[in-house]
Parts: sequence; C-alpha cells; structure tokens
Amino acid sequence: MRLQLIGQEVWNGLRRNLSVVVSVVLVTFISLSFVGAAILLQLQINQMKGFWYDRAQVGIYFCGPVDATETCTQTAATEEQVQAVQDVLASGAIAPYVGDVVFEDREQAYANFMEQFGGTASAEFASPETMNEALRVQPASPADAELIREATSALPGVLEVRDQQALLDPIFQVLNTASLAAIGVAVLMLVAAVLLISTTIRLSAFSRKRELGIMRLVGASNRFIQTPFIIEGVVAALLGAVLAAGSVIAIVHFFLQGYVAPMLQTIAIVTIDDALLVAPVLVGIGVLFAGVAAAVAIRRYLRI
Amino acid sequence: MIRFDEVSKTYSRKARPALESISLEILKGEFVFLVGASGSGKSTLIRMVLREERPTSGEVHVLGQRLQALPSRRVPFFRRNLGVVFQDFRLLHNKTVYENVAFTLQVIGKSRGFISEAVPDVLKIVGLAGKASRLPHELSGGEQQRVAIARAVVNRPPILLADEPTGNLDPSTSAGIMALLARINEGGTTVVMATHEASIVDSMQKRVVELDAGRIMRDEASGSYRRQLAAYDDEDQDADEGAEVRA
Repeated sequence: MRLQLIGQEVWNGLRRNLSVVVSVVLVTFISLSFVGAAILLQLQINQMKGFWYDRAQVGIYFCGPVDATETCTQTAATEEQVQAVQDVLASGAIAPYVGDVVFEDREQAYANFMEQFGGTASAEFASPETMNEALRVQPASPADAELIREATSALPGVLEVRDQQALLDPIFQVLNTASLAAIGVAVLMLVAAVLLISTTIRLSAFSRKRELGIMRLVGASNRFIQTPFIIEGVVAALLGAVLAAGSVIAIVHFFLQGYVAPMLQTIAIVTIDDALLVAPVLVGIGVLFAGVAAAVAIRRYLRI
Repeated sequence: MIRFDEVSKTYSRKARPALESISLEILKGEFVFLVGASGSGKSTLIRMVLREERPTSGEVHVLGQRLQALPSRRVPFFRRNLGVVFQDFRLLHNKTVYENVAFTLQVIGKSRGFISEAVPDVLKIVGLAGKASRLPHELSGGEQQRVAIARAVVNRPPILLADEPTGNLDPSTSAGIMALLARINEGGTTVVMATHEASIVDSMQKRVVELDAGRIMRDEASGSYRRQLAAYDDEDQDADEGAEVRA
C-alpha cells in the first residue's frame, strides 16, 4: 500500500512539473556527458603514456669531428670512449635500470634519418659524416630514463643525451589540459544540475503544500514525506545519467573505434570496455547528486 | 492528558508575549472550550499541544510526554495520538471523501484491510455513510467539516483538538457539528475546542477556559461564554483591540 502510494506520488510529481523535469534530465545529461568525456580523456592519456613510454628510448649521442662542448673537443668520440659509456650502462649500479642497448653507427643513423626525412630540404645537406654515432638505450621502466641521462651525459665523448619522453610530454600536457577543461565544464554543469534539481523539488513540494501540511498534521513520518520527492529527483537525474552513459558509449563505439581508430592505427584509442566502465560511474554520480540535492531541498518542508 | 506549567511564549518580533504564565490541566474525557478574542492565545495554545510551537519558558506535558524533551523525529509519531480539526477543513480537493479519510491511515502505514474497515465505520459515525465517493466541493460546509472530523478521529486518538471548527458554518449546521463532537467526547475522547461563538459555549455547559492577551482570565467547570459580571464585556474588548492596533 505504502509503496503504491509513494509510487503514485512520484508519478504525479513528475507529471505535474513535466517541463522542469525535462530540463533536469537535459542538464544532467549534458553535465554527466562532460564528466564522462573527462574520464575517458584521462583513460586515453594513461593508455597513450603506457604505449609511448614503453617505446621511448634514451639516445646517447657521441661527439662528431665538428662538435665543441664541455665533453667534446672537436674530435670524434673514440671507440674507447664508446666502450666506457657502455661499461657504465652495464655496471652494477645502473644495470638494473637499463634494458636493451643498441649501438647505432653513422651509416645506420643516416639510413634512419633518410627514412624519416628523405625528400625534405634538410635531407639534401645530410651525409653519413654529418651524423653522430649513438647508443639507443631502452630504460627498464619509463621513470628510469632520467637516471640514465644523469649517469652518462657528463662522460667524455658524449655530445648529448636525449630522452624521447621529453618530446612526448607537451602532447600529454595538451591532452591533460583538455581533460581538466572538460572537468571544469563538468563541475559547473553539475552545480547547475544540482541547483536545478533542488529548485524542481522545491517547486514540486510547493505545489503539494496542502498535502504536505495534512501529512504532517496526521503524523506521517519524515521519511514517508520525503521519499517521493527524493525518488522524483533521482528518477529525473537517472534518465539524464542513462542518456549520458549511452552517448559516451555511442561516441566511443561509433566515432572513436569506428572512425578515429582505423585512421590512427599506431595509437591505442580507448575501447568500448573503457566506456562500459565509465557508464556506471556516471549513473552513480547522477543518482548520488540528485538524491542529496533533493533531500536537502525538501528538508525545509519537514521542519516541525 | 494535557498539562501546562507556567508556560510563556514570546515571539521575537512582538514585545507582548502570546502566552504568559499559563498553567492548565485537562483531564481524560473532558470537554474544554477555549474562549477569548482573536489574538488572545487560543491558537498558540493548541499549536503547543501539537508541538508545532515550543514554549519560551515553562513545560507542556501531553499524554505523559514532556514535549520539550520530544526529539523532532518522534513528533510525527506523537501526533498520531492527536486528532485536529480546523475552521478551513483542510481537505484534499482532488480526493473523494473516502480517500481523504483513508489518506490519513495510508500515510501512517495502516494496512489495506484496516483502512477498508475503519473508513466506512467512521463515515457512518459522522453521518456521511452515503457520500463516500463525493468530492469535497460537492459537499456543504457542514459536510466538509464532518469529513475533517472523520479524518481526525479515524485513528481513534485520545485527544481531539478543534480550532474554531464552526467558524465557517451557519448556526444550525454548527449545532450538528457540536452534537457530533459531544458524541465523540462521550466515547471517551478528550476534546479541546477553541471558539468565540457564545451560543455554542452557552448551550453546551462544559468547562470554559477564557484567555485574554495570553493570560487565563477564568477557568470554570460548566461555564458560559461570558463572565457573569456584566461590566466586563465590550469596554474591555475595545481596549484590547486598541492595544493590538498599536502593536
């Protein structure tokens, strides 16, 4: 009986304020979509970091005949100097942080360069002599790159130690900023959604003022009075959250996996599994926020 | 049943207290009229019994409970022991007579079986057995008040509070309502009724508590509306109204 009565109250409330309820649904939908986008962007960043950092090498470049720096004396690095660097990498203190080490001579470096930049203006001035010998070092883990750089950059015959991760950082920074922006928009929209929900509940309570007065008079418990309103807010928000979850899944499935992923085959794009993970989070946030907002909004009508 | 000990109530905005040192005891099964001019404190007193208001000082005991000590979340359960009737009936316009009465029982969680027995019973008691499916606007004022009374007593509360229940009704309809309240009182329910209709008070010959400016002026068993001293009447009331305008 009570459940039926509460259900009826909820239904009446939703129907009576249909336009406001629709706006709650839409605002919740948009705000949670932004939340979902922000979460997906973070997942994407982590995935790309994992992907690229695993492949990012530390390049130890040796002096050529024209280089003059603290460690180079305008003579090409000797074989002993190259060997000395390799010995450092193999020594007990550094070895645990070092994976594969590959030596690249001038011919290989030239071949790699031509492969990347062949046909461009800079390729015309390149010759094997202008290339530097190098050691391609794979760090044991991405965090170890800095250690390898510190251990080798001051050794004689070493021109420069370049960490490829440093090249990737600006990309991640841009993505990170984008995700922070999405979070910012999401927070603003969530605030709007919460305020709108509490206004809707107040309006709904106001239109049922007479019933509420009688309920209080005859001794309806607070929980009985507030439950329909909280459910009302939660139902509206739930609709919005489900729409948001659906749109996040649809975007990942149709746009990212269906359109972007085939074009960028070298980059791992977030998958439908990630989206399915995000969906319940969105629904959870929507329900929680709506429930709390409605409960706070209705409190005024429960004061005795 | 109901006991007031030195109860005062001051609203912050008003300098004059709404109630001042009220001490009053109402016993089980009594029928008590609260009389006095508008603003004399009758409604405040009733609201205090309902714990809609708390006294500024003094203590209110109802049904063995000290109301100041009653936590807010227990108040709804406390109110289930009180029936209340108002001048403006306070019915739900979109619900039928039956539904209005049943609503009370639904919201306090009574079973469907209990409701389907109790509601027709109480409608018979108030004389509306044949009008269960009418909507409030299809009824006369007196009938609407009978619905309100049915709603107030359907849960068989030990106390029935009535704040000017005949205020909107003509004299003959009022007499019917009073007969109903008297019958409910005979069944053992304590009835406290605020009114300023002299003829009703005089004809019932019940206990009368007269309030004036928040103080008890007299408390007589089987009294009448006005004190038997002729000099009091109009003059005093005029002075009182004058005071209110100034406030």
